[in-house]
Order: sequence, then structure tokens, then C-alpha cells
Amino acid sequence: MATKFSKETYLYWYELMQLIRQFELKAEEMYKMAGKIRGFFHAYIGQEAIAAGCMTATTPDDPFITGYRDHGLALSKGTSPNACMAELYGKATGCAKGKGGSMHFFDVKNKFFGGHGIVGAQIGTGTGLAFAEKYKGTNNVVLTFFGDGAARQGILHESFNLAMLWKLPIVFICENNNYAMGTSVERTSNVIDIYKLADAYEMPADQADGMSAEAVHESIARAVKRAREGDGPTLIEMKTYRYKGHSISDPQKYRSKEEVDEYKEQDPINKVIKTILDNNFATTADLNEIDTKISAVVEASVKFAEESPWPDDSEVLKDVYADASTPLTVD
Amino acid sequence: MRTIAFREALREAMSEEMRRDERVFLMGEEVAEYNGAYKVSQGMLAEFGPKRVIDTPISELGFTAVGVGAAQNGLRPVVEFMTWNFAVLALDQILNTASKMLAMSGGQISCPIVFRGGNGSAGQLGAQHSTAFESYFANIPGIKVVSPSNPYDAKGLLKQAIRYEEDPVMFMESEVLYGDKGEIPEEEYYIPLGKADIKRQGRDVTIVSFNKMMKVALGAAAELEKEGISAEVIDLRTIKPLDWQTILESVKKTNRLVIVEEQWPFASISSEISYRIQKEGFDYLDAPIRRITSADAPMHYAPNLAALAIPDVSRTVKLVKEVMYLKK
Repeated sequence: MATKFSKETYLYWYELMQLIRQFELKAEEMYKMAGKIRGFFHAYIGQEAIAAGCMTATTPDDPFITGYRDHGLALSKGTSPNACMAELYGKATGCAKGKGGSMHFFDVKNKFFGGHGIVGAQIGTGTGLAFAEKYKGTNNVVLTFFGDGAARQGILHESFNLAMLWKLPIVFICENNNYAMGTSVERTSNVIDIYKLADAYEMPADQADGMSAEAVHESIARAVKRAREGDGPTLIEMKTYRYKGHSISDPQKYRSKEEVDEYKEQDPINKVIKTILDNNFATTADLNEIDTKISAVVEASVKFAEESPWPDDSEVLKDVYADASTPLTVD
Repeated sequence: MRTIAFREALREAMSEEMRRDERVFLMGEEVAEYNGAYKVSQGMLAEFGPKRVIDTPISELGFTAVGVGAAQNGLRPVVEFMTWNFAVLALDQILNTASKMLAMSGGQISCPIVFRGGNGSAGQLGAQHSTAFESYFANIPGIKVVSPSNPYDAKGLLKQAIRYEEDPVMFMESEVLYGDKGEIPEEEYYIPLGKADIKRQGRDVTIVSFNKMMKVALGAAAELEKEGISAEVIDLRTIKPLDWQTILESVKKTNRLVIVEEQWPFASISSEISYRIQKEGFDYLDAPIRRITSADAPMHYAPNLAALAIPDVSRTVKLVKEVMYLKK
């Protein structure tokens, strides 16, 4: 049976998705059981295929920007699990020096532009990143991620309009996981097919199976190609599902266990495992070996975070102005 | 020395910096083909072309976001608001993204961007076009606020903001100052942010102001001089960071302080100055610090009500006399 992608691609997807999932399961444990992590914490679990497919459809130079459900995309772009776990702990060795926390991962060297906490704001900021890429004449394409909740913000419309007007190199990716916190998509608008919002701006748009790394890759690759060729933005609505609550404190009264279980049957990692095993790309033993390796990496990230120092107290008044000589109002 | 208008000084500042640095561009409503709602950017499209002088739709949140994202990705945008009253629609991007990204990213992402446009009242424009926003933005850590009163300062400060500042700068102009003429040298110059300027030396009382209220402050000083009262007049020029040291040094000499500003009174620039000077200069004060602000009300349309809502020379003169215990 011929597969759409290479053995290496499937194994890459498997390893990346397992890393994201194992990392978040561990982080959640450290939050709930150990009390080591505080603040809002939004898990990506269930949505990993989107990160995986976007990675293989882009280059390391293509900037990513997203909302607060950001752990998976940061790890995908190459932020080390150590730096991610340390950031969750609030340690000085974190990917934002312990100043961001779960919602505000940043790693500009790896072209990860955060980690944004105001729902939908990054749609506009991402449009600005794309404006700069075009202005500078690079060949880069910006991937801007947001949820179905953000699709109801005004900034989406202003950004779509400007991105089309100026034919900016950007792919808008709506990770539609069915719920804006506790409010289902049906309860937020008369238009429940979010990709149709692009029609008002004559922006090309598509819907893709966000539970399939293959489908994600194919849709993103088309959109990225269009952007690189100077033809402007695309909206891709990824139909996906989060297995966990909106955040760690969400009792999830708005959906049934059966509904969650139904989606888990389409699990993106299991799909990739099946393709790998069916095509003899690897044996179960090989996959177990990958799991063991990831488990060690995740455990090491906890140890790293535990042993890292807190930010120095003097940091409270630092990183306010890029010009550090700017006087602050201090009494 | 040659004499040019305030709007031309701003235009020279932007054009000189755009000639110097390809990363600088101007974006806003009507800045290009219309040549600027207030003709600040007149001729800039012809010189720099549509790539760098960019008309936007009426979409403040959207184009502010584009500017902020562009600044975070290597460019140095100048974003014009037709009036700062419209910037409120974009406050999320300024407050939650531009001002906080450096801190949230642990110092990775700075945002070198200049927002500029007319601010405050400009005659009978009604409530929604008349707010003075210095105190709003000055409250935000990570942001700098400039509010010049004359063409010379405006040019030097704007050039400084565009070329040297690595942080978001809110540059507050005034529709009623754009036509004001002032002397500008041929040679290039910059004025560092955060330095107040003593526009008039005096010994009896210190009057602090900024932007178009400097005319009220200087007008009051001229009136007071006729009565033998010597007022020192300080132009803040930059609101944040606040050069309170210059005010304090003046108060050490005059022992009296009056502040004239167009902000609404509650938690205004004068509130902050009053706090700082009582703390740092308590022993030097011979009278309570006093101020004149805008009326604590939305600005009304009728000419008498509009005039009453903002500070003027006669009320400033009267207030100075009060702090000098001359007469009520």
C-alpha cells in the first residue's frame, strides 16, 4: 500500500506528537499533583496533528504565532522541552525567563512569536509579522493560529481585510476544537463553518481534518505555496478536538464523556501509528523505543525545571523598556 | 534661521529618517494619496512611493496590529492616527501587545514603533473628538509619551523617537498647532526624550505645562510679568519618562508650583507631578501645589462651554496669584 508521505515523515510526526502529548501530560501532573505550576494552563492534547502537519509543510524560517494554547507549537518549532518546562515552573531558564508562563511561550530564534493571551489579538499581530516579511522581500510565510472563539473577534475581520488588500504572505489557521471555553461553535454565530468567513474578503479558504497530520500537511502546503508565490493569504479551518478542558480548571459540564470518547477514536497519534505499522515503517518495539526516549526527555525537563533558579528579584523591574536606561516610576 | 510650520517640521522629521533607514515607513488613514488629513505627510507619497507611505482603511485596530507585528519583526513603523480619539479602538494592541511583549518574552521581542497624531481638543469638535490622552498612555509601563508644543521640539523629538527609541512611543500632536510657525535650523538635530525645557526663566512661581497648553502657561507668565510677578515656565515635552528633576530644581528656587494641562483631573499628569514634588520637595514648598485641568466632564459643543472646559490665561493668572497669596 502506497502512503502519501515518506517513512521519515510519519516517524517525525509520531515523535513530535508524542513529545507534545507526553510533555503536557507530565506538566499537567506537575500542576495538579505536585503544585509546581500555577496560573492558566491550556492543553493542546488532541490537537497535535495540526502542529505536526504544519511543521512538515513549512520551513524553519517561517514564523509561527498563536494564542495561549501554545505549548505544542513552541515544542514543534524547536523550543527545548527543558526551556518549556522551566517556563511553566516560572524559572529563570524558561523560554521567556520565567516572565511569560504557560500562555506566553516565546522563542524568537526559532521563529516562534508567542504565546498571546488576548483572544484573537495575535491574528492582527501575525498579519503585521507577514507585512514585515513582504516588506523585507523574504520568501517566508507566517502561520497565524487561533481558535474558534477568536473567530468571533473584530480583529479577525480587520486582519483578513488588510491581508487580502496587501496580499500578505500569511496562512490563517483556525483550530476549531468546537468550544470557545464552554460555549459551542453553534452557540456563537449563525455561521458555523468558520472557513466561510473568508468569503467576505474573497480570501481562499478550506476546511481540513485537523485530526490527521496528512490532511493538515496537504492543506497547509497548498496555502503556503500560494503565499510564497505572492498570491496572498488563505484561511484553513482545522476541525479538531481538545481532549482536556479549556484550561486545567475546567469541569467540562458542557459536553459529554461519550462525545470526548468519540473523538478519541480518531486520535491523530493512533492514526499515524497505524500507518507506520501497516507499512512496516517501524515495529511496535521501535515505537516503544521512541516512547522511552521521549519519556526520558520529559523527565529530564522536570529535573531541569526543578533544579533551575527562580528569576533574580532584580528582574521585577527589567524587560520593561528595551532601552534599559529608561527611568521607571519608583517611590 | 528659516521658519516653518509645525506640520512641516513633523514631515521633515519623518522624511529625513525615511531617507536614512529603509525600515522606516508611514502608515495611516489618508496619509498617502490625500496627502494627510492635516497635510502632515504632504508630498511623502511622491517621494517614497506606496510601499513606504501607506493608506489604510478606517481600521484602527487592524492597522495598529500590523504596525506592532511589523515592529516586532524588524521594521520601524510610524503609524498616524487621524486623532488619538480613534486610537482607543486600537488600545488592545498598544496596551496588551506592544507594551507587554518585551516583558512577556523575557526581553526577546522589542517593539520600536511610533504612533502619532492630533490629540486633545481643537475647538468645537464635541465630546468624541476632544480627549487628551497623555495620562492614559503614560500609565502603561513600557510606553513612552511625547507631547511637544512647538515645531523645533516636535522635529527633534520625532526624529529621536523614530531613529533611536527601541520602545513604543506615543507622539501627541495637536490639530490647532499644525499651522504654528517656528524657527528650525538647516542642520540636522535630535532632542533626547525625557528632558523638560525651561521656556522662560523666573523666580516667583513655577508653571509646568506641555503641548498647546504651553500657550496658556506662557500667556499667563506674560500677564503676570506686567504685574511684577516673575514666572518660570517649564515645557515637559516628554510626559513619560517624566523629567521631575527639572521641576524640582525650579521649585527649589520659586517655592511655588502651578500645573496647566488639558487632561481630565483624576489621575492626570498633574496628579503624578504633585505627588512627586511633595515627596521630593516638601520642604521647599511655600504653598500647596495647584493645577488647572480640563473640566471633569465630556467636552460640550457650545462655544462658551467648550472654552470653559479647558484652561485659559485668565484663570491661570488667578491661580498663580492664589498660590502667591496675593489676592483671591
